[in-house]
Amino acid sequence: MVGITSYGAYIPWYRLNRKIIFEQFGWFNPATAGVAVGEKAVANYDEDTLTMAVSAAVDCLTNEDRDSLYGLFLASTSLPFAERQNSVIVSEALDLDSGIRTADFSGSIRSGTSALLCALDGVKNKRRILVCAGDNRMGKPGSSQEHTFGDGAAALLVGNEGVIAAFKGGYSVSRDFIDHRRTSMDKFGYGWEERWIRDEGYAKIIPEAALGLIQKYHLNVGDFAKIVIACPVAGALKGLVKTLGASPDQIQDNLMADVGDTGTAMPLMMLVAALEDAKPGDKILVLSYGSGSDALFFEATDEIKNVQKERKGIKGHLAERNDLPVYSKYLVFRNMIPLDVGIRGEDISPTAMSVLWREGKCVSALVGSKCQACGTPQYPPQRVCVNPDCGVIDHMEDFRFSDKIGTLTSYTGDNLAFSWDPPQIYGLVDFKEGGRLFLDLTDCSLDTINVGMPVSMRFRRKYSDPQRGFFGYFWKAVPFK
Amino acid sequence: MAKGIKNEVAIIGMGCTKFGELWQKSASDLIVDAYLEAVEDAGIDKNDIDAAWFGTCFDEVNVGKSGLTLSKALKLPFIPVTRVENFCTSGTESFRGACYAVASGSCDIALALGVEKLKDTGYGGLPDFGNLLGLENRSTFPNMTAPGGFAMMATTYFAKYGLSPEAGKRALAHVSSKSHHNGTLHPKAHLRKEISIEKVMKAPIIAWPLGLFDCCGVSDGAACAVVCRADMAKNFRVDPIYVKSLQIAVTSGEEMAHQRWDCAHVETTCRAGINAYKEAGITHPREEIGMMELHDCFSITEFVTYEDLQISPRGRARDDVESGFFDLDGKIPCQTDGGLKCFGHPIGASGLRMIYEVYKQLQGRADRRQIRNPRLGLTHNLGGFPCMSVASVGIFGNEL
Repeated sequence: MVGITSYGAYIPWYRLNRKIIFEQFGWFNPATAGVAVGEKAVANYDEDTLTMAVSAAVDCLTNEDRDSLYGLFLASTSLPFAERQNSVIVSEALDLDSGIRTADFSGSIRSGTSALLCALDGVKNKRRILVCAGDNRMGKPGSSQEHTFGDGAAALLVGNEGVIAAFKGGYSVSRDFIDHRRTSMDKFGYGWEERWIRDEGYAKIIPEAALGLIQKYHLNVGDFAKIVIACPVAGALKGLVKTLGASPDQIQDNLMADVGDTGTAMPLMMLVAALEDAKPGDKILVLSYGSGSDALFFEATDEIKNVQKERKGIKGHLAERNDLPVYSKYLVFRNMIPLDVGIRGEDISPTAMSVLWREGKCVSALVGSKCQACGTPQYPPQRVCVNPDCGVIDHMEDFRFSDKIGTLTSYTGDNLAFSWDPPQIYGLVDFKEGGRLFLDLTDCSLDTINVGMPVSMRFRRKYSDPQRGFFGYFWKAVPFK
Repeated sequence: MAKGIKNEVAIIGMGCTKFGELWQKSASDLIVDAYLEAVEDAGIDKNDIDAAWFGTCFDEVNVGKSGLTLSKALKLPFIPVTRVENFCTSGTESFRGACYAVASGSCDIALALGVEKLKDTGYGGLPDFGNLLGLENRSTFPNMTAPGGFAMMATTYFAKYGLSPEAGKRALAHVSSKSHHNGTLHPKAHLRKEISIEKVMKAPIIAWPLGLFDCCGVSDGAACAVVCRADMAKNFRVDPIYVKSLQIAVTSGEEMAHQRWDCAHVETTCRAGINAYKEAGITHPREEIGMMELHDCFSITEFVTYEDLQISPRGRARDDVESGFFDLDGKIPCQTDGGLKCFGHPIGASGLRMIYEVYKQLQGRADRRQIRNPRLGLTHNLGGFPCMSVASVGIFGNEL
């Protein structure tokens, strides 16, 4: 049996009430009043598709063996690098073996389900493949996409052992329906009339895939406990439910009210939400959209209960939220307006690729060393043991800090250091197993942290160097929840 | 421990420029000014100097690398000139080089000079550290500034000793307010203004819990010393000042990576202090030391240094601070010239500026700041961050 063996999700901590957007740009585009309801998840200034994908993958790999994964596929239309494989950055952040097969899937918001289908097709001989999908697309200020687009990621582990949702079949439709497009030169996309997209796109292409699958596998729409329809447009979704002949309680919530249209991640995040509530035997239909449509048919197994308890998933992340109260912060976080960053913000020294390569998983996966003589973990990896009572030379083994819980021994909120969200908060983190690190803190405010509080590690963008086209990634501490 | 250099070397002349935002002065101007005062004070000329040591920290901005900056500015006659850099101890390092040269017998008279032109960097505060700590630092270390690095020590000190932020900030405010008073008395000080404890506490936060007045001045300036063999010092003046000890301790790296360090003290200061007291033969520092010029880059630094140098008991610096023990009229006056806080902090010059004040006080030439009959004075520098530092301690006396 081939299918999903684990799931995980990630939703950024910041949520922007769409009323705040409308207050700023409703005067320009009053028609956006219709979409200016609810809130959307907004990636923090140090988050992007890669960091969100890593967080979702970490959730998915909770209590799972990280060794011997066969592949890691990453799907997104907002990949930070056009050249330099993005999926391998995720793989290395997770400290996965270099013998892994990595691949980026992009070009359409359907690429999330395409990657999942490729992974499912590739499972045999106990192969396990991790599929991550994430997007943080930007809508132009004043556009309806500014309201609808939200940020998030999902991760699914597929294999043929410990399957929690068996893959029963798929049906794909590929069509060059140009509802929305973006060239390599564009920061923002360009769309055609919304009514045409509703009537000729969603209303016709999704049913083509859905009914194709239903006929192929001799099913009835009523057989499904849940139907995931990755359609962010309320009116179009309503029409689709009618066209498919489904009842409203079969339809999985599309997360538009509290997360937004997460593009590539949307069908997979909705699937994760469906799996969180699935009972053994439940049939789930997943319908994605974008340059066609993929239909995927799953059936939950008895093993699903084991995973449901251990994942933060959609529900857990929805509960961890913080208001982003100021629209200008949103513009700054998404790099949409020039900001007077001053001399400290301008001063970006070049990144030495030779150093980054040599440092390897020390930087990418927060791997330090542990002294084989005295057992002291230390970061960065040392040749001479840092324990003043030991000092043994060249007796070290790898020690991964990224999955450990630390304690905040000290911290400050620095108003002098440059930050996109001042003050820059950083501190000293001590680990129960031993070892300590100075780390930036993120997803917190100065008045909510204190000495002695537990923190966990998050993969984040540490700096960007627009002049030389580079994003530097590292790990930060967040209050442990 | 080695015998050390106690009473082997004497200071026979010193100079110090006014510190401040000296927009009209170049590093070379400052070098010449500090040098002129020192050689006039010593009664020598440049042909008497056997070798020179030059301390400056931020070579990349304005001052430049190597010893050439000093030799060219002064037209030194092809003598050995060595540039030293060790963060904020750079000035003391230059002095140590000169003293060791004299103590070794390879020089009779040596010059130490430190300079910094921070106000040409374009930054308020120190320039960003960027790659200052090496290329690797860039990808893993927080974008830490000096106030942030030291503020963390205050956070943990407050937590460790149960001080509320209000009580902790009040004790630190006393440290700064005291130095502001002393600074008003020195014509060469950068910041010459009384600042009340209340005003210190209400100042804008730079890096929590440190506010504006918990941070020292960022200044231009230079200071200079002429040292010679102790046995020839009286040929130059009746009141030479003798070097009793000079110690430097550089971190092993354990504070950053091993949990033994509590983040509420500075290990290098402790180590340098122990060695300096040993070299000078001091057994009861609280009783024997007459005055101190401490590295008060931030109020918390001076505060923990009281404990690290065994003047105040651990966790009890607040009692001494608030009782006025370190005030100008207290038992051990500290920062009698205003310290880094108010005299200013041109990094490469600061160590020599401290020695300059101790020298004047021990000679009884400190004007309105003069304290009563000091016999031993101590200087302390701290470079880097509390978690990875280099500390120097010097002890000086007016008797052999």
